Amino acid sequence: MLIVDARGLLCPEPVVRTQRAVKDELDELTVLVDAQAAKENVTRFAESRGYTVSVQQEGLDYTLSLHRA
Amino acid sequence: MKKRNFWVILTGVVIGIAALALSALGNPGNMGFCIACFLRDTSGALKLHSAEAVQYVRPEIVGMILGAMIIAMLTKEFKPRGGSSPMTRFVIAIVVMVGALMFLGCPLRMMLRVGGGDLNALIGLVGFIAGIFVGTLWMRVGFTLKRAYAQSMTEGLVIPIVAAVIMALSVFLPALFAASESGPGSMHAPIAIALVVGLVVGGLCQRSRFCTVAASRDAMLFKDFSMLWGFVAVIATTIIGNVILGKFHLSFADQPVAHTDGLWNFLGMALVGWGSVLLGGCPLRQVILAGEGNSDAGITVTGFVVGAAICHNFGLASSGKGPTVNGMIAVVVGFVLLTLIGLFNREKA
Repeated sequence: MLIVDARGLLCPEPVVRTQRAVKDELDELTVLVDAQAAKENVTRFAESRGYTVSVQQEGLDYTLSLHRA
Repeated sequence: MKKRNFWVILTGVVIGIAALALSALGNPGNMGFCIACFLRDTSGALKLHSAEAVQYVRPEIVGMILGAMIIAMLTKEFKPRGGSSPMTRFVIAIVVMVGALMFLGCPLRMMLRVGGGDLNALIGLVGFIAGIFVGTLWMRVGFTLKRAYAQSMTEGLVIPIVAAVIMALSVFLPALFAASESGPGSMHAPIAIALVVGLVVGGLCQRSRFCTVAASRDAMLFKDFSMLWGFVAVIATTIIGNVILGKFHLSFADQPVAHTDGLWNFLGMALVGWGSVLLGGCPLRQVILAGEGNSDAGITVTGFVVGAAICHNFGLASSGKGPTVNGMIAVVVGFVLLTLIGLFNREKA
């Protein structure tokens, strides 16, 4: 399972890295972020590309699991 | 309407109205807000430069920092972090300020000027978008300033505390600071109003993640138009408001605190756009992030203040009469620096 570690990165890097990862038409991947804004941006991007996003918060980090049917 | 669009558009409308109000209450024309000019004015008040026409502690900036901090704390988003290439950010910030003072405005002021009918700002807008486009190309080839790490509470509180102290001192011990008696630095809305407006705008910008660069950048990179709505909202509100107030003048000539040199208006804002993409946000967003406890943004804001001082100490800033030769050289040097910074800060995916 591909894990994109975008923790600590400022705009627009979390989405850029996620965009690069989904270019290969993956059905699932995980993105790690540690800021609300990044969580929102990656979620919005993923949903616009047809992924469902589930978010798990662990301390200061968010684990975003992206799935595509 | 999606929740994000709501907050972004609301922020844009409030910024437009607030800017019109502040200009009507004393701020210079088409300058209800200008992050670059206001940091430059504050830099002058601190006597970091001695350009007598532009020295004044701008409460709007202080308000925005504190408003962002308060809202971030309430929503548990105040998370001090830093360590992402701070010195490089400092340099890019100086370059961005050179570009902004070449054009005579930050991206937000550029939008307010467009809203006032200033066609020079429209040229600046085209340059801004071109610069953002170049910045996105660098993002695509792997530009990164590397990640930031969690910092202590005190590290994150330095900027808000410093801003509050400077504000308090300027009110209670004004003799410490320089204050313009003529020129744009002498034109200001009442302190209390500017501060409160800053607080409200800062809070809204924090909540909506408002960023003038994101509007174009996210549309180019991800076909995400959500921030663009806010950008349009600012301009639309300002146009409508200026028309109602009878202050809309469509022209190139005789615009307040502006010059008509199209090439250098374009290049100045192109430098701002490119540099801001590399920094991860426009000057307004940097101020908000600094209020949120991000010490990389704090260093960036410090770079803006120092950059403004350098501009005025070495004749790099434009005036209503147009750009200076030193300023033109500085903008070209700025483009070279951003290219070098781009070349040396890439990571393959």
